[in-house]
Amino acid sequence: MPQYAIFIHEVETPGWFADTPPEVLEAHMALGGQIAALGATVVNQQACLPPGTITTVRAGGLITDGPFIESKEALAGFFVIDAPDLDVALAVAKRVPLVNGAVEVRPLLGQPD
Amino acid sequence: MQPTPAPPPDETPDSASDAVQQAVALAHRQEWAAVLASTVRVARDLDLAEECVQEAYLDALSAWQRQGIPDRPGAWLTVAARRNALDALRRARTARERQHLLIEPEATEQHLPVSRELGRSSGGGRSLDMDTAVHDDRLRLIFLCCHPALSREAQVALTLRLVCGVSTPDVAHAFLVSEATMAARITRAKKKIAGAHIPFRMPAPDELPDRLDAVLTVIHLLFTTGHTAPSGAHLTRDDLTERALDLARLLRALLPEEREVGGLLALLLVNHARRATRTAPDGRLLLLEEQNRAQWDRSAIAEGDRLVLAALRGGPNPGRFTLQAAIAALHASAPTYADTDWPQLLLIYDALLRTWPSPVVALNRAIVLGMVDGPDAALDELDHIEATGRLAGYHYLPAVRADHLRRLARWPEAADAYRSALALVDNEAERRFLEGRLAEVSAF
Repeated sequence: MPQYAIFIHEVETPGWFADTPPEVLEAHMALGGQIAALGATVVNQQACLPPGTITTVRAGGLITDGPFIESKEALAGFFVIDAPDLDVALAVAKRVPLVNGAVEVRPLLGQPD
Repeated sequence: MQPTPAPPPDETPDSASDAVQQAVALAHRQEWAAVLASTVRVARDLDLAEECVQEAYLDALSAWQRQGIPDRPGAWLTVAARRNALDALRRARTARERQHLLIEPEATEQHLPVSRELGRSSGGGRSLDMDTAVHDDRLRLIFLCCHPALSREAQVALTLRLVCGVSTPDVAHAFLVSEATMAARITRAKKKIAGAHIPFRMPAPDELPDRLDAVLTVIHLLFTTGHTAPSGAHLTRDDLTERALDLARLLRALLPEEREVGGLLALLLVNHARRATRTAPDGRLLLLEEQNRAQWDRSAIAEGDRLVLAALRGGPNPGRFTLQAAIAALHASAPTYADTDWPQLLLIYDALLRTWPSPVVALNRAIVLGMVDGPDAALDELDHIEATGRLAGYHYLPAVRADHLRRLARWPEAADAYRSALALVDNEAERRFLEGRLAEVSAF
């Protein structure tokens, strides 16, 4: 079954997760059951610490503070799902609660069918 | 646009008579989508399916010459193309060696009575009665080509290429890009379909309205591209408008219950009915008020009218294509431009603007407002639209302003507005029209 990474991008706020409205957090808690009902399986899911904690290592070894690409949006979390096709992955993505950002659906190079 | 599979003359088998060639060309025009959609199901890969269908059409030229033209050319071609696909898969040892499966085997396809005979055995030639399944497959193909994960330009290109069977060079020509650009666009889209596993199946019921809207938008875009070629010497490209009409009719046959499909078909029919009168013999664009209404295609307008009424009566909140069709039909039914029912038209525009708050709709509504309440009212409305900045660069905005200023005999301002419009226009026929008007108002 194809695998997709779903990247959750949010506009950076001073408090990061502390600024997340309770209804968004609640919706996140309910997401697992909804994903299963859509016929997809969560393989892995992670939430990211605030962008201030990011360190970038460039080709050649140069280490710098901050993200590779400066932006007011940052990766807030991601999960990897098994889904039968893109439509199911998009249906999952639509249900990801957002404050002020967007989700990206990224097909992964998986095992050959 | 010539049918894709028709080979260059030097490759045409000498034995293929004109009648056979015409039958193949007709089958290409009418059956391509069904044959391809059905072959995708076996091949599970768009490129392989396309190759197999091309091959089937080529084989038809010689086979039909020997055996006679079959009673059901589409079924013959489907059997041949699917057999080609099965042979190709067998040559590849196993379907699992294909990089991806477009269709999940046996999964999630409750309403799929697809001809199992071809899936089970290698035998072709048995009679096929799979019209229902083929209909479903054509819809699947259309929804695949118009999937929202693809860019609009990729959707349009794929629809022409895969649903209409138009060759890549002809698709490139239609959209005024190089063959290499169009080939790259189509290849990129197919790679995304394969890589991201965009499925070959019907949208879920809750997705259907949005997905259908994308399909209707693509068909409408094809039509308008043909109806007003974005640049070049001629205003219309009949090849594209005909393809769009074919698609709208196909969709209407496949989804007879969807009101907006009827609305779209009506819109295209009524606009198409006026095609002969849109330009003067010298290629100059003619306004609605200048067109010879006696030359409008009355049977097409009547058909459009029936479809509009059915769509409007089908329930509350008609969609934007139905409302646009209602506007076009109201124009088409007026005996003269002056006799147009402007107040009724304004009501429909109000409804359309609520459903679809587009600045272009607002611009057209302003024109109607001008007919109901006078040019000053229209100019006020145009000021509002201009202030939003959403139509910056759109030549119709200064052109409409110029026209209202002209009616108020505000000659210097009208001339300025015509110059602004001329600076933005691409189409040669429209340019000549605007230059003519500029010369008129500059004479005062």
